[in-house]
Amino acid sequence: MQTNQLLLLFCTVLLLLGLVAFFVGRAKAARVRASGAAMYAQPDQYAWFAVLSTAGPAVLVGALGSLLLLLLGADIPPMYLLAASLVVAAAGLAVGVAQVKPHFHARQAIERVIRWVLTGAAMISIFTTFGILFSIISEALRFFQMHSFWEFITGTTWNPGASFLAAAGRGDGSGAQFGSVPLFAGTFMITAIALLVAVPIGLLSAIYMSEYAPQRVRTVAKPVLEVLAGIPTVVYGFFAAITVAPIIVNIAGFFGLDASYNNAVAPGIVMGIMIIPFISSLSDDVINSVPDSMRQGSLALGMTKGETIRDVVIPAALPGIISAALLGMSRALGETMIVVMAAGMRPNLTANPLEDMTTVTVRIVASLTGDQEFESAETLSAFALGLVLFVVTLTLNLVSVLMIRRFREKYRVNNL
Amino acid sequence: MSHSFDEISQQLKRRHRKSARLKWISMGALGLAGLFLVLFFADMLSKGLPAFQQAYINTEVRYTEEASRDGRLAFEEELLPLISRTVVRVIPLQLRNNPEMIGTSEQRWMLATSEVDQYLKGHRNRLSDEEKAEIDERVAAGQVDLRFNKTFFGSGDSKIAENAGILSAVVGTIMTMIVTLLISFPIGVMTAIYLEEFAPDNRFTQLIEININNLAAIPSILFGLLGLAIFINFFGVPRSSPLAGGMTLALMTLPVIIIATRTALRSVPDSIRHAAFGVGCSRWQVVRDHVLPLAMPGIMTGSIIGLAQAMGETAPLIIVGMVAFIPDVSASFTQAATVMPAQIFTWSGEPEQAFVEKTAGGILVLLSVLISLNAFAVVLRKKFERRW
Repeated sequence: MQTNQLLLLFCTVLLLLGLVAFFVGRAKAARVRASGAAMYAQPDQYAWFAVLSTAGPAVLVGALGSLLLLLLGADIPPMYLLAASLVVAAAGLAVGVAQVKPHFHARQAIERVIRWVLTGAAMISIFTTFGILFSIISEALRFFQMHSFWEFITGTTWNPGASFLAAAGRGDGSGAQFGSVPLFAGTFMITAIALLVAVPIGLLSAIYMSEYAPQRVRTVAKPVLEVLAGIPTVVYGFFAAITVAPIIVNIAGFFGLDASYNNAVAPGIVMGIMIIPFISSLSDDVINSVPDSMRQGSLALGMTKGETIRDVVIPAALPGIISAALLGMSRALGETMIVVMAAGMRPNLTANPLEDMTTVTVRIVASLTGDQEFESAETLSAFALGLVLFVVTLTLNLVSVLMIRRFREKYRVNNL
Repeated sequence: MSHSFDEISQQLKRRHRKSARLKWISMGALGLAGLFLVLFFADMLSKGLPAFQQAYINTEVRYTEEASRDGRLAFEEELLPLISRTVVRVIPLQLRNNPEMIGTSEQRWMLATSEVDQYLKGHRNRLSDEEKAEIDERVAAGQVDLRFNKTFFGSGDSKIAENAGILSAVVGTIMTMIVTLLISFPIGVMTAIYLEEFAPDNRFTQLIEININNLAAIPSILFGLLGLAIFINFFGVPRSSPLAGGMTLALMTLPVIIIATRTALRSVPDSIRHAAFGVGCSRWQVVRDHVLPLAMPGIMTGSIIGLAQAMGETAPLIIVGMVAFIPDVSASFTQAATVMPAQIFTWSGEPEQAFVEKTAGGILVLLSVLISLNAFAVVLRKKFERRW
């Protein structure tokens, strides 16, 4: 029988058993109660406990068995597994119904089960992080067995060359060089351009919204800025490639400069637009939570409003603002679609933003979308790059969280 | 050193001018951000709206005996290069299925090639001057016209520009979102309930909290690497399938839903819980019957916003292979599919001019779906929001 059919059969039988458990359990509990015994729980709760004791262990056995079957290649015929889990279900049913006794705390038992289920759900997020770490590190380690870590970190030539042939058993892939410096140079160049756009605009918008704007403007401007963050990145990528890049080329041409259509400026600017709301909304919150007494003190000393903002409010809010900028930076580093669509494919170590250059994320996408063997050094290099990306963004996020925490403790604000 | 009043008032004036300048500059920055948004939407609309119209040619189709073998013979010869290959190709099939049509002829609006379409819309095209003259003549006679583009909404992807549509991507998006929602909504809500209502404040709980905040900030492409390494290579989920894509996106949406649900749960006042405990409810009964129903609008709003975010996500889906070329609409969770952003990405890589318009058209469809989802979330919040 097909797996699908088996699964369907399992679910149907389990559902039926569950229904039987519910009604038998409830009938028995009602009978016991009608006989005059004082029970610890309502008949429905006994019924639900019977259902849980029927389905819970059976599902657990089924899931464990299929996991063993799939992962460890254990030789269990699916039919046996089905039979085993159904037997467990039947046993659970018997136990559940037998437990319908006046002295059994059905409600507390249900409570315990639910607590376990909720804990299990909460564990999933931990599993996800470990899954990411495990998958990236294990594949990256395989890459570093083929190519040295030192070469990867310091090499200035990225040329996967014929490494895919080596994986197919032809050639030795010796021409391949995996020096990631040009990729990181490109990534940081584009990120820097993005921050040059986003930090001033985001910060100044935040200053305007929190210090000057009337309430009406605020209620409109904030969601409008949020729209910028809600636009899918693939759309930004198209905008950067089709609209902004030609404009940049034309402007550069006007000044007599030669710009590539895959220049770093176009994706940089568009990425900057994208992260404006990240920076403005966090800065806005931070500036808003600078205590008013500081503003009043400054104004009382005869400072103008502008001087108060520049010399008192901004310095006080600085940790939060830096934290916002770091968050924006980590967004920009990990951003993929804009650079895939608008930046170049050629690893290029240059300081000229008008040239084409590629980024870490572009190379990850490029090396995983081809038809290469999964085992090839080029494919595995994506995981090595991913590992570095993970470490860098994680560090930025942690630093950012620490800074905002310091700010929060200094001014005792709770809403950040 | 003493200053005269004049000097001081001069200085004051300068300082106030400077102060005013900051206000105007900061206002300008906000205006600039708004301007970006306006320019962006104007650009997308101007590029994308034409995609909803397509050139059609009204011509006589002769269903002759020859045409049932070679579809090209059903049309006037000088029109042939202007009519889309896709409609010419299906004529023999059509005649085979309806033999009674042979020998008749009818006046029909036939899909024109993308070159004609681009010419009519004033874009770059590869038509010769004679062909242009021919079209101009027929436009004057009302035989060539831009009509509503049914193909775009009614068919799947195609390498022939005029035949490419977004339907298979829409179906793929729906399937993927179903998987995403089925996984991330229950797990997310349960995690949030655990953290807010059940968990003791210990190391383990703090670890989970830090972890969730961290997951929310991880670049989306890394979720793609996880999906590829764990779901596809380890568990053997079919590559490019809505199942693989949906599971990957579910992990990405999880933190959004958890954070939104926690906020919603936290906004339910403790007096409700105390009252419920007071009449003898157990913890789970308090949550199920009292806290959760009150927090539901907030949870729904957060989930819809998370879903909208997942719907626009492309990078992880590219990694798990959801950029496949899907000409036919298939509603299966385990077969290769594509989603709207991935379709936009694929089209943006096509060299033909006509695909630029398709890309922008797809973007407009995606943006309108996202905007309506978000607007729905806002309405939901406005309608059910309770201030305690």
